[in-house]
Amino acid sequence: MIVIIDYGLGNLGSIKNMLRKIGFDSEISADHNLIQSATKLILPGVGAFDQGMKNLEERGLIPLLNKKVLEEKTPILGICLGMQLFTNKSEEGTLKGLSWIDAETIKFDSTKTDKKFPIPHMGWEYVSEKGNSPLLQDMYEEPKFYFVHSYYVKCKNSDEVILTSDYIHEFDSGFQKENILGVQFHPEKSHKYGMKLLTNFMTNF
Amino acid sequence: MAIPRVIPVLLLKNAGLVKTVQFKEPKYLGDPLNAVKIFNEKEVDELIFLDILATPEKRAIPFEFLKEVAEECFMPLAYGGGIKTLEDIRVILKIGIEKVIINSQAYKDLDFIREAVYQFGSSSIAVSLDVKKNFWGKYELFSEGGRTNTKKDPIVFAKELDTIGVGEIMINSIDRDGTMKGYDLDLIAKMSAAVQVPVIACGGAATLDDFDKAINQAGASAVAAGSMFVFHGKHRAVLISYPEQADLKQFFSKKASK
Repeated sequence: MIVIIDYGLGNLGSIKNMLRKIGFDSEISADHNLIQSATKLILPGVGAFDQGMKNLEERGLIPLLNKKVLEEKTPILGICLGMQLFTNKSEEGTLKGLSWIDAETIKFDSTKTDKKFPIPHMGWEYVSEKGNSPLLQDMYEEPKFYFVHSYYVKCKNSDEVILTSDYIHEFDSGFQKENILGVQFHPEKSHKYGMKLLTNFMTNF
Repeated sequence: MAIPRVIPVLLLKNAGLVKTVQFKEPKYLGDPLNAVKIFNEKEVDELIFLDILATPEKRAIPFEFLKEVAEECFMPLAYGGGIKTLEDIRVILKIGIEKVIINSQAYKDLDFIREAVYQFGSSSIAVSLDVKKNFWGKYELFSEGGRTNTKKDPIVFAKELDTIGVGEIMINSIDRDGTMKGYDLDLIAKMSAAVQVPVIACGGAATLDDFDKAINQAGASAVAAGSMFVFHGKHRAVLISYPEQADLKQFFSKKASK
C-alpha cells in the first residue's frame, strides 16, 4: 500500500491522480494503521514549516514515521515542504525538523543580486543530476520540473545531493539518503518528467 | 533562472470555451476539454481557467469540469471565477487545481485574501487585476468581469496584496484583451517594479516577441495569452495551438543572451 500522508497541508489530490495515471493505487490518509502497513510513503506539503511540524505532531505521526523510516527503512519521498521537514531546521520557523538528513532549510535572499528575482520562486526549472540515484533512472533529456518555494534545502553532505538547480544561486533540489528521498519541486505537476520520477520511486525502491 | 512561463488562458462560459474582445462579445470556440487535451499533449507550462460568468451571473463554480481536468493534466493549473469563500478554495485545491485566482472578492474583502493566504499558503492564492485606462490615461481597477469600476489604483492595490502575501499577481488589460496588439508594457513594467511577487502579464499578446518584451523589458515573470493560442490567421479561425517547447527554449535563450 502506498500512502500519501495527509497532515492537513497541501495538494494531495494531484499526487494521487498522477500515481493513478502511471498505474499505482494510493491512499491519502493520516491513519496510523494504514501508515504502519505502508510499503511506500509520500510526504507532500504546501505551507509553513512550523505549521507542518505542528500538524505532524498533533496527529501523533512523528514517532510512527521515525519508526517506519529510520528503523523499518520504508522508502519515503518528501515533496516541497515535505522535503524541507526532513531537515534539521528551517529559517522559516523555530520548531525542530524531523532531522532525517543532515541539512538545513534556508530562505532565498534576493536582496544580494542586482537582477530582480521574485519570491516565491515559481516556475519551471532545469535540474542537474549528481551521482546516480535510481530515482532518476532513464530520465528524459534536459529534465525540468515545476517549483514553488521561498525556502531551499542545503545539505551538509554533498554526496546525499542528487539534484541541483539554479535560482539566484545553485541550491539542492533533490536528496537521497538510503530510503529517504526528497525533491523541492512538484513531480505531480511536471508532465512526463514527474511521471518518470514517480514511476522510478515506485519501482526502484 | 526560472524558465519564462507561457500560459494559455481559457475562458469558460456555461461550460463552453469562449474568447472575448475587451471583455465583451464572448465567441464560442468549442468544448474546453478538447482544448485542454491538446494543451496537455503540447506539454504547456501551465493552464489558467477563468469562468467569466461565475461572478456577474452568480453561477456555480464548475467543479466537475475542474475535476476532469485535474485527473488528466499534470501541470500547474489555476482557476478563477466566482470564488467567494474559504470553502470554495478548499474544494478547488482538493480537486487538484493548486492555485485559485481571485478577482472581485479581493476588492470587496481584503481580510478574505489575508485569511486565504494564511490557511492555504501564498503559493495557492493569486489575485487577478482587471485594468482599464480611463479617458485621462489613468489606470483603474474593474471588478465583476470588467463591468464595475472600483476606482481603485491598480498599483496601490497591488502593493497591498504584496504585503498581505499573495503568491502571484495577474494583470489583465481590458483594453488589450482579444485585440492581439501587444501587451500594455507600461502597465506591466509599473506593476513589476512595484511588487516582490511574480507578475503574470495578460491581454494583447500575438507573437513570441510580445512575450519577450513583457518578460525582458517590462519584468513580468510569466506571460499569459488567449487569442494567440486559440485563433489562427486574420479571420480568427479557431485553431488550438502552442509553440513547440524546443522553439520556446531556443527563443528565450537567444533573447536572454543578448
